[in-house]
Order: sequence, then structure tokens, then C-alpha cells
Amino acid sequence: MEKEQRKELKVTAIANGTVIDHIPAQNVFQVIRILGLDSSKEMVLFGTYLDSHKYGKKGIIKVSNTFFESDEINKIALVAPSATLIVIRDYKVASKSKVQIPDKVNKIVKCFNPNCITNSEAVPTKFDVIRDEEVLKLRCHYCEKTTTKDNMVFI
Amino acid sequence: MKNRSLVSINDFSKEQQIRILDIAEEFEQNTTQRILENFVVATLFFEPSTRTRLSFESAASRLGARVIGFSSSASSSVSKGESLKDTILTVSNYSDIIVMRHPKDGSARYASEVSPVPVINAGDGANQHPTQTLLDMYSIRKTQGTLDNLNIAFVGDLKYGRTVHSLSIALTQFNTTFHLVSPPELKLPSYVKRHIKDKNLAYHQYTDLMDVMPVADIIYMTRIQRERFSDPIEYEKVKNVYNLENAMLAGSKENMRILHPLPRITEISEDVDGNPKAYYFQQALNGVFVRQALLATILGVK
Repeated sequence: MEKEQRKELKVTAIANGTVIDHIPAQNVFQVIRILGLDSSKEMVLFGTYLDSHKYGKKGIIKVSNTFFESDEINKIALVAPSATLIVIRDYKVASKSKVQIPDKVNKIVKCFNPNCITNSEAVPTKFDVIRDEEVLKLRCHYCEKTTTKDNMVFI
Repeated sequence: MKNRSLVSINDFSKEQQIRILDIAEEFEQNTTQRILENFVVATLFFEPSTRTRLSFESAASRLGARVIGFSSSASSSVSKGESLKDTILTVSNYSDIIVMRHPKDGSARYASEVSPVPVINAGDGANQHPTQTLLDMYSIRKTQGTLDNLNIAFVGDLKYGRTVHSLSIALTQFNTTFHLVSPPELKLPSYVKRHIKDKNLAYHQYTDLMDVMPVADIIYMTRIQRERFSDPIEYEKVKNVYNLENAMLAGSKENMRILHPLPRITEISEDVDGNPKAYYFQQALNGVFVRQALLATILGVK
């Protein structure tokens, strides 16, 4: 418990907003981009490669005065399926939840197929999420080809 | 089906696919009917495909429709850098339906989403070519009297052959037994096999064409395409592995027919052409009836 507190202090507490915890340490910057926090006008605090009991190393992001719709936050499930979402109001935990893998992923991932129309015209990408024997794959709405997790490039 | 685009064979249910085949049969009986006189059909071929384009234009012309369009990007404003979206929006002002062939995968789905008029996909890259699938189904039903419970052999390039993938998936609706003949490096992709398995149907894999000769009701030959191989030596190794000659047909079933999406090169010898089991030229003609059925149905005349 003592250790947990010390770690939390590395990233200052926020009064109101959202904490995204248990992000894979190397994916913090991707989460920031997916949620558009790189252009946020609110205070965004983050830490990478923090010690974690559960995961060894982890990342954390804290965003002031920002609360996410579940559709929006679920986009990060592709890079941070284990993430925990904590809503903070007046320095207290108002609610805690896990991200859910969405059924559809729009705009944020590039289609892996170089001959796909989305890679040559200004077409926003659209994918259906399919789980093939527990492996997460994205099936392109346009070219019908499958992009696997290893090949995902975020726009 | 009025005003519905056809991008992928799965856009139409099994019943709708059969309805198209039934209407195509009516057009085979009575090919020239001026029922589309008030319509304009646009054929936009962003890459050349003379056979498919002429088949569509023949279908439209025999029904009295006017045909406008282009036969390659070079002769369109694409060469000036116009986007697909702008081309589609412009042409939809001039026409009631768009038939489109495009080199990019997914282009037809995108066109159908931006177009105010229905779009028929005449081939989008390596992805879908649903009118080919329908004409193949028509040819199978016509030669066998049914689509159900048949032994269908696919021969050649089963890995890259788009027509093989779409037709196989369509045939899983009809309790087909699949016989897959290919070199090991050109086997049917696992996603297509998955469709077969999902319907609890059987497939058998072979490397020797003669193994399927006694069991097949349909032998569907394909061309091994040079452009699919990055390594020319790999192509040379497999290009001539299957060469169907007339003498090889001796042990085949009486009702067996040979199909091929054309163009063929060396995979079927010309001495097969005179055999009554050769059906590939009639198969190409069936494409006109199927496309007549699609145009008439989508334009709401049938």
C-alpha cells in the first residue's frame, strides 16, 4: 500500500477529471493520440514505465476536467485492453470501470492492405472487430481484408 | 432489390441470388426486349477489362438502354487527378446506374456509399467480382439442373483467384462438396476454408488433376496469373502444372462440364473446345443474361 502511494505521487493527483490506469508502458503515447489529448486544452499528466504490482511496468494518464463517452474511451482497447478508467470528482474516486473492446473501429487505424481504397483516397477507415480464437483482428469495411494486431498502424 | 447496389455477393441473400438466376433464364429465352429505353447506364472502367465491359454493354444495349462511360483511366478525368468520389458524383448526374471496374480493393463499396444512384461492382482490385459469381452459378445450375449437392472441383490458382473465393463462398449455401486441386503454394486461403467448415461441408485437397476426374460434376479451371508472383522463378515452376487435354476427360462423368472464367492460356488445350463437356464459351454468354437480370432488377423494371 505504501509503495502504491509513492508511485501515485509521481503523477500529481487531479481535482476533477479522468485517470486512465494500467496502460501498457510502451503504449501511453498511442493512447494520448487516439484520445486526441495531444491537442487538449486541459491539463494532461502522464507517466510511463511506472512500477506496477500487477503488470511489472505500466503507464498512467490523468486528464483534468475531461470525461469520456464509452464509445470514445473504448477505442483505446486496441492498445490498452487492460486499462482501468477512474472518474475523479473533487479528488475522490467517483467510479471505476474497465475498457471494453468495441464492435467497430472507425478512423483511428490504417488499413494494412496497401491496395485498399482508404490508402489512396480521402476515405475515413471503418473496421469490424472480429475475435478469431481470442486473437483480435480488424476486418476492413471496404476491402474486406483483415488487419491483425501486429500490423495495426494508428492514424 | 430495386435501387440496391451490388458490391459483394453477400449483399444479396440466397433467395435474391436465385431470383436473379430465374430472371436471367427469362432473358435467355427472350434476349432482346426494349424495357430499359428510358434509362442511361454508365460503365466506368478505371482499368481495362474488355470482356466484362462488353458483356455489360451488350446486356444494356439489348434492353434498349443508352450506355455512356469510359474504358480506361487514361481516357477519363482521373488522368487529371480527379478523385473517385468526384467522378462518381459527376457521373451519377448523367446516369441511372453505374457499373464500375476499379483497380483498388474496396473502391466499389466506397463508390456505392457516395453515389446517389446504385452501383454494380464489375471488379474492385483483388476483392470482389459478384457478377462473375452469379454467372458461374447460372452456368452450374443450367448444366446440372440444380445447384444443390454437387461435387465441384476448382483447379489451378486457388490462392489468388478472386473468382474461386467468391464462388466457393456462394456455393457453401448449396451443400457442395469441394475438390481443390492446386500446387501446394497456391492452396485455397484459410478464410475461404473457414466458410466451408462453418457450414459443415467437406473439402478435399489434391495436387493431381486426374484424381478429381471420376468424381467431379463441374471442373472449374483457372489461369495461374503471372502478375501475382513477385518471383518470376516461382511463376515458371507452377505456370504449366495443369494442362487439361481432351484425352484426360475419358474417365469423367457424363454430366461433367468444364468452366473457366476466361481468358485461358495453356491450362485448357484447344482440343478440348470441341468436346461437349467444354462449357466455357457458353458460360461467357450466360454473363450477358445475368447482367440483363441485374440491370432490370436494380432499375426496378423486373
